[in-house]
Formats: sequence, C-alpha cells, structure tokens
Amino acid sequence: MALRYLKGVSTLKLDVDKCIGCGMCVEVCPHAVFKLEARKAAILDSDLCMECGACSGNCPVQAITLKKGVGCAAAVITGFLRGTEPDCGCGDGSCC
Amino acid sequence: MERSQKVTLLMPKETPVPAGGFEPASSEYAFADRLAAWKARWGINRYRLGIKPGLYALEGPSAGSPVFATANYKPSFDALRRNLKGVSAWLLVLDTKGINVWCAAGKGTFGTLELTRSIRETGLGKLVSHRRIILPQLGAPGVSAHRVKAYTGFSVVYGPVRAGDIPEFLRLGNKATPQMRLVRFGFEDRIILAPMELVYFGKYLLPAALLFYFLGARSDALLTVFTLLASTALAPALLPWLPGRSFAVKGAFAGLLGITAAFPLLRLGPLPLAARVMLYVPAASFIVLQFTGCSTYTSLSGVMKEMRAALPAQAVCAAAGLLMLLGGVLWR
Ligand code: SF4
Ligand code: SF4
Repeated sequence: MALRYLKGVSTLKLDVDKCIGCGMCVEVCPHAVFKLEARKAAILDSDLCMECGACSGNCPVQAITLKKGVGCAAAVITGFLRGTEPDCGCGDGSCC
Repeated sequence: MERSQKVTLLMPKETPVPAGGFEPASSEYAFADRLAAWKARWGINRYRLGIKPGLYALEGPSAGSPVFATANYKPSFDALRRNLKGVSAWLLVLDTKGINVWCAAGKGTFGTLELTRSIRETGLGKLVSHRRIILPQLGAPGVSAHRVKAYTGFSVVYGPVRAGDIPEFLRLGNKATPQMRLVRFGFEDRIILAPMELVYFGKYLLPAALLFYFLGARSDALLTVFTLLASTALAPALLPWLPGRSFAVKGAFAGLLGITAAFPLLRLGPLPLAARVMLYVPAASFIVLQFTGCSTYTSLSGVMKEMRAALPAQAVCAAAGLLMLLGGVLWR
C-alpha cells in the first residue's frame, strides 16, 4: 500500500522554457517527481514532492523553484517558539 | 549476518601525504560497530557518534580509485565502508556535526560549501588523477553539483539512495537504476524508528504513568502506557493502513486502537471513559504528528497545513475532555 501525503500542497514549480534538459532533476529526486520528455523536464506528480530542494539546487539554470523545507512537525513548533523559520533541531533527541 | 572478513590495509606509502593527510579505514564491520548502530536506534549516546572528518584511505587506494563522500556520522560512514568490501577507495568524510547525510543535507551542513572546503583542505585533487566524486543521493538537497564543479573542478555523481546498492551501482559503471533512486518508507524503514520514538516520548509519559499509578488513578496509568505504545510503535507499523493522509488523523485512529486495547483492563463508567477518549486520542494524534519528521515523504507545506488544523482541534478536544472530567468530579 503506497503512502501518499496531502494533495495539492507542494510549492514545486517548473519553468519549462528555461529547462535545458540536462536530467539532473530526474536523477536527484527521491520520489520520481520528474521525467524527461523531448529534451525537457516535466512534472509527473507534484503531490509526491516532499520539498527537499534537491532538484532546484541541482538545476544548473534555475528552472525549478520551490519553498524548500523539512516536513517535520517538531521543526515547525521549534521554529514557531523561536520565532524563526522551521528549524530541525536534530540535537534534542527527536528522530531524524 | 555479517561474516567478519579480514581486510588487510595497504597504506600507499609512495603517495606523498598532503597537507590535510588521510587515515586508513577498513570495510570490516565489527561487533563494536553493530553495538553503536543499535545504540543509535535506541537514542543512546546518539549525538556522540561523530567520527573525525577528513579523508580516509580504504584498502590502499591509488590515484585512479573512486572517491566517495559521506557524513561524519558513524552509522553513515559504516554503511558506506561495509558496502565497499574489496574496493579500494577514498572516503571523504564531511563535517556534518555528527548528523546523518539526509538530515545534514536538509540543514545544508552536508552541502556545497562543506564539500568544497573538504576537497580543498584534504588536497584530494593532488591524490587522485580523475575529477569525480560520488555522493549519496540523499545528500543532493544540500549540494549544487554545478557549483561544486565550478568551485573545485570535481564532477558530482549521485550514487544510490541506499548504501546497500553501491556494489550494483559500481557494477553498472556508476549508474543508479530508477529503483535505486527512490526513497522507500516500507515496514522495516518505519519500525526501525519506533524505539527512538518510544524512548523520546516515554521520557515524559512513563513517569506520568507512574505518577497516575501511585495517585491511585490506575486506569489513567494504563491509558498513558497504551497511548504511548499505540502512537510510537503501532502507528509507525500500521501507517499505510491507518485512515487518512494526515498524520494527525492517522494518530487519532492509532489512539483509538490503543484505548480499545486497554478497554478490558479499565474500570471506568461511560462518562469518565468518554472524557478519557477526548484526552488520549488528541495526545496520540499529537505524537503521531511528530512522526512526520521521521517519515521520508512529508513536505513542509503539507505539515504546516495539517498543523494549522490539527493543533487547535487537538487542544479543543483535550480541553473538552478535561471539562468533562471536572464536571464528573463536581457532579459527585
Ligand atoms: S523538492 Fe525533492 S521531492 Fe520535490 S521534486 Fe524536487 S527533488 Fe523531488
Ligand atoms: S535540472 Fe533543470 S535544466 Fe536540467 S532537466 Fe531538470 S529542469 Fe531541466
């Protein structure tokens, strides 16, 4: 049974005009969100995106934009309490 | 499982040792390593598992040997070297403050700048004749391959997600199949996280359960323990089968299962029981919501969305439960 997270929330955007078809996004995405078609990247299913930012950071022409972050409730709470962006403590004994 | 295999370490004596120097490493996985991995899973000394960052020489590598980068978190390093049995390689251990590759990449400590610094400071360019460095794919969120190339001349090759696929990746000539590129979150991946969750929340809930017990609230002591088990062990195990996509909703159902399991042991009338449901279900929902951090498929936007709805709902529900309890006490 496949696990899928909430629908229609991902901030992932692809500017196809900028894309040079290098295939890096296909290579780095851990959820197979992209495919390469006629020398251009295409988003297969943005609901699978976890906003890790691997694709946008590795796209040599900045064709991909998204709000990168860690999908972790504890991080959101920590960030809220400190008045910062969600911050994954990863030192307070939480799991990741 | 792991048959210990003697690996002779051949230090390349001819190679001039660069400014940064390098250290020998072996691909042998000993009992002490296994113990460290087990402790990490239970959260024992987890943040003392940092190893020394720098360059390691595995089985006498030469100028043509491949270079692999990893984090200075012992289990990450061990997973890499274990899967390089019989391979001579250079292991570049980045300083991620003792945090695993995936989390460190999310924070950016496993990233372009640290990789660049590490390549420069270890003098890697003088030790190898090629300009290729293999990174775990899960390090990609912190790294921009094209920037690393521009800064250091090294091309980043993203290896498989799981270190276990490295032998096959090498056999295919540094190619990862689409399957190797996918992060999974199967039963084993989830259940391995349960001890960590159990220890983390048990720290608060087990003393609370003891307190309830000694105050004579035996049912609440039981419910606290069952809620803890349901939300930290049962929920990860049953994650795909718990209804809903939201972790808070899944958690509420896990909480209900916990209460149902505890039910035969409880001595509560209908109203006090209803109040307990209103209290323990949101508690389980909250705990399972925290599991989003361990999952490998939740996005920040999604977590924010569900938190905006779930946290107020959990608070209102728990407050209603408390009022019911209070009302029940006053009634008597
Ligand atoms: S942000 Fe991560 S999960 Fe989302 S499309 Fe990019 S690489 Fe894939
Ligand atoms: S990484 Fe960028 S340029 Fe390369 S295929 Fe993907 S979108 Fe296109």
